[in-house]
Parts: sequence; structure tokens; C-alpha cells
Amino acid sequence: MMSGWRIVSRTEPREWGSVVIFAAAFALSLLICGLLLQVQGKDGALGVGLLLSGGFGHLYSYGETLLKAIPIFLCSLGVALCFRLQIWNIGAEGQYVIGTLGGTWFVLTFASLPGWLLLPGMLISAMLAGGFWACVSAVLRQRFGMNEIISTLMLNYIGIEILKYLIYGPWRDPAAMNFPVSPYFSDSAVIAQIWNSSFWLDFGLSENIVDVMAQLCGRAHWGILSCLIAGCLCSFFLQKTRLGYEITAAGSNAKAARFAGIPYSRLVILVMFICGALAGLAGIQECSATLERLEPHIVVGYGYTAVVVAWLAKLRTVRIAFFAIILAGLRVGVENVQLELQVSNSFANTLEGIILITVLAGQFFNDYSLKRKFS
Amino acid sequence: MEDFLPYLAVLLPAMTAAISTGAPILYATLGELVMERGGVLNLGVEGMMMVGALAAFLGCYHTGSPWFGLLCGGFSAMLMSMLHGAICLIFQGSQVVSGLALTIFGTGLANYLGTPYIQMKIQGFTALDVPLLSSIPVLGPIFFQQDVLVYLSYILPFLLWWLLMRTRFGLALRATGENPAAVRAAGISPGAVRWAALMLGGFLVGLGGAYLALASMRMWVDNLVSGRGWIAVALVIFAFWRPGRAVFGVYLFSGITAYLFRAQALGVGIPTAFLSMLPYLMTLAVLLASSLRGKDSGAPADLANNLRPED
Repeated sequence: MMSGWRIVSRTEPREWGSVVIFAAAFALSLLICGLLLQVQGKDGALGVGLLLSGGFGHLYSYGETLLKAIPIFLCSLGVALCFRLQIWNIGAEGQYVIGTLGGTWFVLTFASLPGWLLLPGMLISAMLAGGFWACVSAVLRQRFGMNEIISTLMLNYIGIEILKYLIYGPWRDPAAMNFPVSPYFSDSAVIAQIWNSSFWLDFGLSENIVDVMAQLCGRAHWGILSCLIAGCLCSFFLQKTRLGYEITAAGSNAKAARFAGIPYSRLVILVMFICGALAGLAGIQECSATLERLEPHIVVGYGYTAVVVAWLAKLRTVRIAFFAIILAGLRVGVENVQLELQVSNSFANTLEGIILITVLAGQFFNDYSLKRKFS
Repeated sequence: MEDFLPYLAVLLPAMTAAISTGAPILYATLGELVMERGGVLNLGVEGMMMVGALAAFLGCYHTGSPWFGLLCGGFSAMLMSMLHGAICLIFQGSQVVSGLALTIFGTGLANYLGTPYIQMKIQGFTALDVPLLSSIPVLGPIFFQQDVLVYLSYILPFLLWWLLMRTRFGLALRATGENPAAVRAAGISPGAVRWAALMLGGFLVGLGGAYLALASMRMWVDNLVSGRGWIAVALVIFAFWRPGRAVFGVYLFSGITAYLFRAQALGVGIPTAFLSMLPYLMTLAVLLASSLRGKDSGAPADLANNLRPED
């Protein structure tokens, strides 16, 4: 193909290859972003600095990054499970939205329930709603052979329209001066923040420490526990159970799996349900912990970021956690850039797209090497 | 009988609207069709249309010439398409992931760069009646009181059909989508054919995006394309990868959508929320219809597979 050079596929991938590639791709992406800022007449170097320091460099960065990493991790975990089975589920965004609606419906309908029922009810209702939304695509795929990439994407758009309908219509809080927001959740349906300053002050901790801790933890909430539980369950499920093994096997060769008697269709529906449930959980936690009511702002594209994360992490659970934190940090960083340099929030998507493209292209150098011809 | 008259009366404006709302989707669908016939799945249509729309808007905004804008739209989407080519044809990346990346990147980039121009207006293309033909009753207003790009879209499917089915290049293109090894054996580089398919298809997709900015909206708004790129991808499946059926699919889609929008204005009990979901529901229906029609869908056999670099 290339004159003087020959492309040879590597038998063994380079040690540390993917780390080097990610680092190089990341650096290149930041460079491109700097140039993009320069194009709009901003200081590119300053922008990249703000991006990195906003996401990772300040005391408050950590809590904010963790806060955003929670939904991204949960969604990505489910997306990765689908990708393992070669199901291209791009619908975490819609499942997140519908999950949020399911949870909000429960909270608004059963507001008078005692807290020990309301909170779990809300979470379960959200997971069921998200899971069933995902199953729509799964059933359409298995029953009619419908392309799941397009169907999940369309259901994302439809889910967001349903959210808009409810929030501008039946669920709008009459007391909110015509703003499209639901009434506040009752206190027992609000997921608490990890750091509770007044509790620790009462406990007798010095004011300085409490102050630092409050900055460090920021708005990060106990939803982090659900990430730990889901992550552990997912690892256990994939590595130690028969079903998990079947998913990996069926993913690498669907036809062979069918001959081996693995119930392929049911597996597809199962992984899609799990993904939807995790995305729904992510949605309602975000809603309950950070906004304490339903707002249109709940939809910020975590579901798409999750797809990027799942792919960057090559579907491995621990790496998903790592990349969820990195991309969450970048989102926080972009907010910093937005604030300081007045750029639009679509800058975050641009950055994610660039990272995905550069890593995808860079992957080549891990799989192939260039050799001189006639040597 | 009296009751039905209003519904018949909206049929005419609905069909006029169907032609003009269908045109950008037609350009994009035909573009994607060319790429897929060559064996390259490009899921980046949405992002490419966004970039094409922005480039067309900027080109027109800064020079005042809609034709210059149109070229900007076409060529910028072609560049995006070549990025897809670089990733898949040179760097061996997955076509599915690369396409999704292109959509994320393109949508983000166009929204980012377009922010300062939101709500700004351009002259763009306006309706230009065709002499004589436009005065034909019923058909005249529907087909011949549109803008120039719509008239171009009438000719385009014939040109593409001729290119694909009646030329050596078209034969090579179709063969590359089915069996690249055979193409190589015939002494033609399948890689080169795929590059050509990507560039031509990308240009057409860009024209679709450009149409939205230059003729539909004639100003810049956030998320201008809003899912139309995905509709194009779905319509290629619905069309069984044939240009003629693509035309039918596009106008069926835009016709039903336009009619329901007009019918709602008459006070039929269609909720507004349902109407805003309509394009997406219709896309699902399009997909459902194509999967209900037969197993042998006519997809190119080598679609979405990369050429091995060692050969």
C-alpha cells in the first residue's frame, strides 16, 4: 500500500502500548481543542490549562468529577455489557431519561410513603422503567431483526420528548412560576451528599478540617455506593457465573453460541434490560441527589459519554471506572472553560469526539507495525 | 362528504411541504447509499450534515452567495467523510465506532463553532418558479414552485442510478461492496474505489446539510439537523440499497410527516408532543417496514468490513 513501507500485523500487542497510545491521543486531542479555542479568538493555551486544572487541579475538582463520574460509570457498565454481546446499544441516554421519569413518577405519586419505602421504591421504579425502555429495542432486534443502533437512538430522541411533555405539562410544579420543573422531592427521597458538614461539626471535628472536607467532597453523593455494588456484581457476573461466560462466548461468535445451545435472544434481552436498569438508576440518582426535582437539565449527554467510555475501556470494568473519572473530569474542566472563556457547552462533545477519533486511529499502531520493504 | 373537504384541502400544501422537507433527506440518503454500496458503513451522517450545514451557513453569511455556501457544505462534509476514510481505510478502525465518533464530533463542532451565529439570518435559496410547468394545476405548485436545490434533487437520483448501474465506475463500486477480492483480481484497487465512494457520498450528505441551512431554515440554530442524518441511515435500509426505492422512501416519510403536521393544524386530536416525536417514530416505522419485508434485504455483502492492510 505505502511505497517503501509494508504494514505487518503484530502477533503480540506491545506492552504498555495502549497506555502510550491513549496518552499520545489525549495530548493530541488537547492540542486540537486548544486550536479550536484559538479559532474562536480565545487563548488556546489558557483554555487547555483551565480545562485540566478545572477537572483535576483544584480541591473542588475531585468532588465535582466524582459527581459526574457516577452516572457515566453506571451507564457505561451497562453499555459495555451490551457491546460484549456485540449489541450496539447507543440508547443509554434515553434509558437514563426514562429511568428518571419512572423514579419521579413514583416519588410524586407516593409522596406520603415512609422514607424506607419511598427511596427504594423510587430506585426500583427507575430501574424497571429504564430496563423496559431498553427492552423495546432488544425485542425489536430479536423479533424483527431491526438495527439496534438506529432504534436505540430514535428511542433516545423519543424519551427526551416524553420528558419535555411531562415537565411542560402534567408534572409542572404550579408553584414554580411557569418554569418547567417538577415539585421538589420529599426529603426522604433525596439521596444525601457524602459529606455532611453539620453532622461532623456536631461530632466535634475542627472547623478547618470540616471546611476542607466539604470542598473536597463537594456535591458527590452516596450514589457512589451503587457504583461499587454494580461494578462488583458485574465483574462477578462476567467472570464467575455461567451466564456471564455465555455472554462473552456468544459475543465472540453468535452462530457458534446458538449451536452450543446458548439462548442468544434471551441473553440479548437480559443484557439490554440490565443496561437500561443501570442507566435508569444513574438518571434518578442524578435527579434526586443533585437537583432534588425533575428538570430538563437532567439530560446532558452522559449516555453518549458512556459509549465513549465503554469503548475506550475495551469493556473492562476497572478501566471503565478509570475512563469514567477521566471523562467526568474533562466535563468539569469544560465547565471551567465555559465559565472563564464563554464558550458553548457543546465544546465537551467536541472534545469527546476528538478523543474517540484519535484513540481509534492510534489503535492501529498497537495492532500493526510498519516495516521497510526489501530489508 | 363535507367533513372531508378540509383534509383534502391540506393535502396540497402538505405535499408541497413534503417535497421541500424531503429534499435534504434525499441528498443525505443518496450519499449514504453510495458509501454503503461501496462497502463502507458511515454512521456519521448526522455529524457530517451538521458540519455541512454550518459550513454552508458560514459560506453564505460571509460572501452572500448561497451557491458558494452550497459548495462549502458539500466539501466540508466530504472532508469529514475522508476522516472516516482515514480511520477505517488507513488505520483499520471499526466502521461502527468511527461513524459514531464522527457524529459526536461533528455535532459538537458545528454547535460549538456556530454559537456566535445563533439566530443570525442569511438570504439563502428562495422559491423559483419554473416557467410554464409551475402553472400546471395541482402538480405545478407541488413540484415546480420550489427552490433550485429541489429541482436538482429531481435529477440526482437518475444521475446516480446511471452512475451506479451503467458505468464501469459504478460496476467497480458495487463489486467493491460485494467482493473486494474479486475487484482486486480484476486489477482495480478496492481501496481507491472506497475512497471515491466516501468522497462522492460525503459531498452529497453535505449538500443535504447545506440545504437545511440555506433553504429550510435560512438561519443558524443549535442542533439544526436534529436526527435527520439518522433518518437517512434508516432510509438506506428501507430502500434495500437502491436509488429508486430511496426516492420512494424519502417522499413517503416526508409526505406522511408533513400531512400529519398539517392535519393537526385543522384541530384533529393529535397532541403536539406526539408530533414532535413523529420523525423518530416514523424512522422506527421505516425500519420496521423494511425488516418485515423479506430476509434478503440486499445489503452489500462486504458492508462494514475493512480491507486487510497486508495485501
